[in-house]
Amino acid sequence: MKVRSILADVRKSLGIAVWAMVLLFPLMVMKVSVTRGVAQVQFRWNLLPFVGIAGFVLSFVWRIALEWKDRRGNNKSEGAFSRVKAWGGQYFARPAVRKSSLVALLCFVIAYPFLFGMYHTNVMITAFIYVILALGLNIVVGLGGLLNLGYAAFFGVGAYTYGLMWKYLGHSFIAAGIDPGWLFWISLPLAGIMASLFGILLSLPVLRLRGDYLAIITLAFGEIFHMVMQNSSDITGGATGISLIPRPWFFGHKLPPPQAATYIYFIAIVLVIITIFIVRRIEDSRVGRALEAMREDEVACEAMGINLVKNKLITFALGSFWAGIAGVIMAAQTTYINPDSFTLWESIIILMAVVIGGTGSIPGVIGGAILLKLLPEYFRALAQYRMLIYGIAMVLVIIFKPDGLIPRKRKQYTFEEKELSK
Amino acid sequence: MALLELKDVRTFYGNIQALKGISISVDEGEIVTLIGANGAGKTTTLMSICAITPLRSGQILLNGKEISRVSPNKIVKMGVSQVPEGRRIFPQLSVSENLDMGAFLRTDKEGIKRDMEEVFAIFPRLAERRNQLGGTLSGGEQQMLAISRALMANPHLLLLDEPSLGLAPLVVQNIFEVIQKINKERKTTILLVEQNANMALKIANKGYVMQNGVIKIADTAAHLLENEEVRKAYLGL
Repeated sequence: MKVRSILADVRKSLGIAVWAMVLLFPLMVMKVSVTRGVAQVQFRWNLLPFVGIAGFVLSFVWRIALEWKDRRGNNKSEGAFSRVKAWGGQYFARPAVRKSSLVALLCFVIAYPFLFGMYHTNVMITAFIYVILALGLNIVVGLGGLLNLGYAAFFGVGAYTYGLMWKYLGHSFIAAGIDPGWLFWISLPLAGIMASLFGILLSLPVLRLRGDYLAIITLAFGEIFHMVMQNSSDITGGATGISLIPRPWFFGHKLPPPQAATYIYFIAIVLVIITIFIVRRIEDSRVGRALEAMREDEVACEAMGINLVKNKLITFALGSFWAGIAGVIMAAQTTYINPDSFTLWESIIILMAVVIGGTGSIPGVIGGAILLKLLPEYFRALAQYRMLIYGIAMVLVIIFKPDGLIPRKRKQYTFEEKELSK
Repeated sequence: MALLELKDVRTFYGNIQALKGISISVDEGEIVTLIGANGAGKTTTLMSICAITPLRSGQILLNGKEISRVSPNKIVKMGVSQVPEGRRIFPQLSVSENLDMGAFLRTDKEGIKRDMEEVFAIFPRLAERRNQLGGTLSGGEQQMLAISRALMANPHLLLLDEPSLGLAPLVVQNIFEVIQKINKERKTTILLVEQNANMALKIANKGYVMQNGVIKIADTAAHLLENEEVRKAYLGL
C-alpha cells in the first residue's frame, strides 16, 4: 500500500517532469540572439535535464506535502509536533508565564530603538503602521465579511489630511508663534474622522452589494482616489505630492531625525496598543457580533431586526478610522507623501496581511502584517523575486493553512451551573 | 379587530408578480396556517409582512396600524418576529450568541437572560450545546435554534416559514408540539407557512390555501381538512 502510493507519486511526478520540459523548452532551452539584424537560435540542450529534474523534485515534494496534510487532518492530536504545541500551549496558559513573557516582549519593544539604531527603528515603524492598517481592515473583512480592495485610499485620506493641514495651516501656525508640532496631534484624530467620513461616503452606494461586486466598487474607489490626488495639482500638489511635512515635535522642540524616529516609534507603539484594545472591545461587543451575523446571513439579520444599512456604515467607518490614523504616522515618518504610495498594490498587501495571518484573528493579523513588512525589508537582495515569493506564500497558506497562520479562536463563554438552579 | 391584516397585497420581484392581491387576517392568540405548493407565494407573503421584500400595493395592518412602509427593524420592534425558511441560523456564532442576536433590539439584560433560560427550558438540547457553533448542530437542532432565536425578540406575532423542511418525522412532531405549546403558554399568535398541510391544519385554527400568488380557499382548519379539493391536492388522500 505504502510502496504502491509512492510508486504512483513517482510515476505522476515523472509525467510532470516531462510536461515541465515541454512547457519550459522555449524559455529555458532556446535562446534567441540577434546579431546584425539576423536572428539566431541557440539551443542549450544541457539545461533540459535540469528542468526535468527540478520539475520531478518539486512535484514529488508537493505530493508528499499534500499527503502529509491529509494525514494530519485525519488525526490531529498525534505526532511529535502537535505534542510539543500542546505542551507549549499549556505552558503559556499559566498566568505567571504569560505575564512574564508579555513583560519581556514589552521590554524588548521599548529597548528596540536604542539597541538597533535609526534604520531598524524606521523599518519597525513601517511594520507598526501596517499592523494598524491590517487591524482596521480586519474589522471590514474579518468581522463584516465585506471585501474591500480600496483600503489604501483611506490610508491616503489620513496621510493627505496631515499633509494638507501642514501645507495650508503650517505657515499661519508659525506666523502666530504656535508650535507647528501641534498639527500632528490635531491631525491624528481628524484624519481618523476624515477617513471614517470617506468610508461612510463609499459605503452609501454599495449598501446592496456583496462579494465580487463590492470588491470591484471598492477597487474603483481606490483608483479614483489615486487619480483625483494625482490630477488636482493645485490643491494636493499632484504627482509631486507634498514634501517637508514636519515630524511631530517633542514638547516644543524640533528633534533631529534619529530622535524623531524614536519618538514616532513610541507614538506608533502606543497607537498599536490602543488599536488592539479597541478592536478587541469591538469584537466582544454586541455591535461586533451583529457585524459577524451580517457576514453570515443578511436576510436572517433583517428578520432579527438588525439594521443592515446602519451596520454597514459602522463597519466601513470603524475600519477606515484606523487607516486614517496610520496615514498620519506614515506622513510624519516619511515627511513626504505622493499619490503613488496609495495604490491598489498597497491595498492588496494589507489584504494579504489579513488573509495570510488569519482572517478575523487579531494575533494572526498582527503577525501577518509584521511578516509581510519585515521580510521584504531584510531580504532586499531578493527584491526582484518579491512578487514570486508573495505568490508562492499565498498559495501555500491557502492550501496548508486555509484559516491563516494563526487562525481565529472563538472565545468560549463558560456557563455557570448556578444560574440554572435559581 | 384582527392582530394582523393583509389587504390586497401585491409584491413583485422585478417584473415578476409573486403576490397577486393577497388578503389574510390573523386574530390575537390564533394559529393560522398558509398552505400551498412550491412557488405559490407563501414565503413572499411572510417576507412582505417583514418588509424584507417590500410590497408594491395593498396594505398590511398590525393592530390596525399600517406597517407596509416601515423598515424591517422597526417591524421586529413592533413585536413581529420571523423564523426564516431554511432556518438561516448564523453558523459561525455559538448557540447563545445566535440567541443574543435574536434579542438584538432589546436592552433589558435581565429580561434577555430570563428569556434565554426559558427557551433552554423549551429545548433542553440547546442548553447542552449553548457553546457549540450553530453550524455544527443537526438540522432539527438548527430549527429549534431558529425558533428560539425568533422567540428571543419576545414577539407578539411569530411567523414560521416551513419549520418541517428537511426534518425527520419524529423531529417534525416534536417541533409542532412546541409550536402549540408556545401558542398556549406564551399567548403568542402564530402564522405558520407549511407544505406539510396535514400537520399544519391539525394544530391550526384557520387556514388559507395559496396557489400562484392568490388565496384559493380560506376556511377554518377543521373544514379545510375535510374539503375534498384540499384533501386531493394537498393532503394526498
